[in-house]
Amino acid sequence: MLYFSKLRILFISLFSVLFILIASSNLFKFDDDFFDKKINLGLDLQGGSYLLLEIDNEPVIEQKLQNLTTTIRNYFKEKNIKINNIKIENQNIFFNVIENDKQSVLEVFQDENSDLNPYYPRFKSHQLEIEDTGLNFKVNFSRQGLIKLKNSSQDQAIEIVRRRVDEVGTNEPNILKRGNNRILVELPGLDDPMRIKSLLGKTANLTFRFVTNDENDRFGVEKLKFENGQEEATVSKRIIISGENLLDAQPKMDTQANQTIVSFTLDRVGAKRFGKATSTGIGKQLAIVLDGKIISAPVVRDTIASGSGQISGGFTFQTATDLALLLRSGALPAPLEIIEERTVGPDLGQDSINAGMIALAIGFMLVIIFMFVKYKIFGLITNVTLIVNLFILLGVLTLFEATLTLPGIAGIILTVGMAVDANVLIFERIKEELKDESNNILAFDGGYTKSRTAILDANITTLLAAIILFFMGSGPVKGFAVTLGVGIFTTLFSVYFIARLFTSIYVARNKNKENLI
Amino acid sequence: MIAFNKYYNHFNLLSSILIVVSLLLLIFKGLNFGIDFKGGTLIELRASDSKINVSSLRDRFNQMDLGDVSVKKFGNDTDFLVKFENKDNKKNIIEEIKTNLDKSFGNNYDFRRVENVGPKVSAELLKSGVIAISLSLTLMLIYIWIRFEWQFSLGAILALFHDVIVTLGVFSLFSLEINLSIIAAVLTIVGYSMNDTVVIFDRVRENLRKYSDIKIFELTNISINETLSRTIITSATTLLALLAIYFFGGEILKGFSLAMILGVIFGTYSSVYIANTVLVRLRVSQKTVLRDDDQNKLN
Repeated sequence: MLYFSKLRILFISLFSVLFILIASSNLFKFDDDFFDKKINLGLDLQGGSYLLLEIDNEPVIEQKLQNLTTTIRNYFKEKNIKINNIKIENQNIFFNVIENDKQSVLEVFQDENSDLNPYYPRFKSHQLEIEDTGLNFKVNFSRQGLIKLKNSSQDQAIEIVRRRVDEVGTNEPNILKRGNNRILVELPGLDDPMRIKSLLGKTANLTFRFVTNDENDRFGVEKLKFENGQEEATVSKRIIISGENLLDAQPKMDTQANQTIVSFTLDRVGAKRFGKATSTGIGKQLAIVLDGKIISAPVVRDTIASGSGQISGGFTFQTATDLALLLRSGALPAPLEIIEERTVGPDLGQDSINAGMIALAIGFMLVIIFMFVKYKIFGLITNVTLIVNLFILLGVLTLFEATLTLPGIAGIILTVGMAVDANVLIFERIKEELKDESNNILAFDGGYTKSRTAILDANITTLLAAIILFFMGSGPVKGFAVTLGVGIFTTLFSVYFIARLFTSIYVARNKNKENLI
Repeated sequence: MIAFNKYYNHFNLLSSILIVVSLLLLIFKGLNFGIDFKGGTLIELRASDSKINVSSLRDRFNQMDLGDVSVKKFGNDTDFLVKFENKDNKKNIIEEIKTNLDKSFGNNYDFRRVENVGPKVSAELLKSGVIAISLSLTLMLIYIWIRFEWQFSLGAILALFHDVIVTLGVFSLFSLEINLSIIAAVLTIVGYSMNDTVVIFDRVRENLRKYSDIKIFELTNISINETLSRTIITSATTLLALLAIYFFGGEILKGFSLAMILGVIFGTYSSVYIANTVLVRLRVSQKTVLRDDDQNKLN
């Protein structure tokens, strides 16, 4: 156990130096890409915001089912099957057909290549499930159908979220999917997430619809509130143009009226429809509806054929800027709810780094002094190993560009405390061996060999705990698992290669010395 | 040699009492869950005006109709920690609070940290925390079962349960907050306690093979003594590191390091006085390990 070949010594030295270099790249600037890596600081250390958003898919499902009722009705109309009493209840579509048609309706839904009920050829499961309740047919989304629906609304939502966050212009945001109905947004360096939160909290569903007094409007009507105040207006459900028709939106200062407005440009289809509506609807009020609330309802005075227009509604410059931003980035497919938020100010982050570093330095000093007092020369060896171990640990974290969190720093300090365990086990064993063995080399060899299983056991148990933490923990706690886990490997390396190398050199030179340890 | 075995019975009784008391505390007093597991909102606030203190803050917050609000000093005199349930999960609650505080205190304060955990997320975090701890206990059980005879496994697992339950009992007794980092601490305690037990067990087994004429009562004592200096040194260095975190690592790590400190102390104690006494009570002898060795040979 004490013999080291030259090649091995070279390898150990090179390996240690390499990782010390990588670790030091956190402090210096290297030209080389390989060395110019840095440990990422977690949001708790550099300050920033962590937002977990959940997509509320209920409205999407509701909307899809609504569309489906029309599709179903039209589909069977072509086949001369009359659909009766179609209605939606609790995310189910119910409808009746006459007894003779029942079989053919079922066949359409259950056909593997049905164009009404797709997905079967690809997923071996239909989009929709149909059940004959005896009273009527019950149609709802299958598991696969729901998964597809959620995935697609998540894909759309993440795109819109990314656009909105990018528009605000924070540095290096991290936007990730979580499950099939959540989005994680990490915004490093962002002190005050309020603006982003309010931007993400809006669906930004914009529609232009006429205000009407005709309760029997062909498309149906609904009563909507104005954004500010208690006023209400009855608005037709017919959508003239919607947010999808917008090409651009910008905040502007209307110098004549001395107010901030949002000017917008429409695409070709939108411009055409807007022109037509404004020409037929002169004198009528056109309501601009955002997320179910009327921003304003100006009276149409002229035909607007240019495809551009403006929205006024008592905006401040900030609210106009935000509305323009929302309109530019598009509407979310479904409302988002912020279900978890963690924000750390940059000065608290810096305080945490300082406290962590001071704790590390003090913990390190205490352990080093303790080991030196207890083991003298071998304590010195342990301490040198401990320092190299610390650098290798930082080097590994740097190499993988791991994220360091405050609990992560605690993990490093803990590693320092526990790293000496292996050396202590070995040294204590050697002491015991020396009681019956006068040959120093044999005693040391025996000490290393006989302590090996205990050391292995000890480290595997800690590693198991770290692995579970890594997979179950979130954010900062994950950082702890990483440093603790990596620390085990670097500790074993430094104990069995570096410390053993020093020990073997020392023992070889003091073969016959008594009370060596 | 220290006669640890003289006190096996005394300390077994003490541990039983500790476990029973801890369990009673956990059942009747319960744990003080933080917002990670209970849901709610947390604000860490730093004041630059002496007018802002616990009572003036409490007054302000109580006027805002946020439900049960707790205001505490956090570390030094200028830092405060405010927690409330946020039952209705109001969206713009932080803005509302800011506007409200501005009225009374002007610009003389600063939100250093804001955490808001919805009821769904907190329920999930609690579930995954419980799963993580159960999973780690199970994995340890499997590991030790592979490595040792069942008597040893039972001893180690009892020691583990003791450490986890008593640590949580202390948290319950002093109403210390349980948050995500405490779960991390408990898992690390599980690893540490196991580590400590395994080192002594390793020696017990070695000695069982070596001496056929020494009773397990004596043998465990010999093994404990032989590994004693290691036990003390490792606990000491780990505790030194943890004390450094506790005193210098900042307020956020206080709970975490305290849980770990308790865990290391209980873990060291239980290796000696629970794990080993189980071996004694189960009358482990040389036959126990030799039978296993024979089986291994046959395989």
